[in-house]
Amino acid sequence: MTDQQHLQAITDIKRLMERSSRFISLSGLSGISAGISGLVGAYIARNWLVEYYARWEAAGAHSNEDFQTLKFRLIVLGLVVMAAALAGGTFFTWRKARQNNLPIWDLTARKVLINIAIPLAAGGAFIAGLLYNHLEVLVAPTCLVFYGLAIINGSKYTLPDVRYLGICETILGILNLFFLRKGLYFWAVGFGLLHIIYGALMWWKYERKRTI
Amino acid sequence: MNPIGNLNKIFESRIRLGVMSVLMVNEEVNFNDLKQMLEVTDGNLASHLNTLEENGYLKVHKGFIGRKTNTTYAITAAGEKAFKGHLAALEHMIKFTK
Repeated sequence: MTDQQHLQAITDIKRLMERSSRFISLSGLSGISAGISGLVGAYIARNWLVEYYARWEAAGAHSNEDFQTLKFRLIVLGLVVMAAALAGGTFFTWRKARQNNLPIWDLTARKVLINIAIPLAAGGAFIAGLLYNHLEVLVAPTCLVFYGLAIINGSKYTLPDVRYLGICETILGILNLFFLRKGLYFWAVGFGLLHIIYGALMWWKYERKRTI
Repeated sequence: MNPIGNLNKIFESRIRLGVMSVLMVNEEVNFNDLKQMLEVTDGNLASHLNTLEENGYLKVHKGFIGRKTNTTYAITAAGEKAFKGHLAALEHMIKFTK
């Protein structure tokens, strides 16, 4: 074997080790589109809340029926926002994978998803418990903390920068505990703003050169 | 120490070297994932996996997902040692021939 072949062998080894342990197709644009979904959702939720408090004010008494309707609408909105964020996120990542001729669904994609899903499922069950006990006020901080931890857990199998997003989300969730009832603003920052900032930074760092 | 003596003949094949690289960083990988990662055909991969197994570098685990067979592969301690030795030899060759 020649020197050139030795070098080639080492390059192959490095590439395969990288490729089989990290999902690198995650696009910054995915973060931006998820962030926009989050902000739009927060805006709609804010309008509903303002309307709800205005009715309460006007009626002079708390209406349980109104509260139940609001709760139901907010849960549905949350699910729709999550679906929109996932769809946008998947689209841009699929696009990046295609541009780089990499499969979007492979060993590494599966690892990222499984490792994100475990803390996220725990968070979901935890939140179901909170709702059951009428602790709605704790839902927003809990979402952020579990989401942050889920991302930290998944970051081991994708771009390492994702870890910082997870840390920020977790800190934000804990801060939210000290400013209860401001959950919507924390959500707008956590699911909206942070995703947009993170996505823009990621795009700038990894994708800018290739698209221009 | 003769560095050329340390280059492992078994790893001269790019596919075998590739399999070992993937298994160094993943606890357990199934046949289809290996195939996708290395971009090789079934038959080709299977014969290389056989060689690695015969040399004691791989542990093979045959399982089932539903009714479909799911064969997973993991590296053995001997395989890890051989791979690291091969890497060191490659490095050595490049350093000392320059």
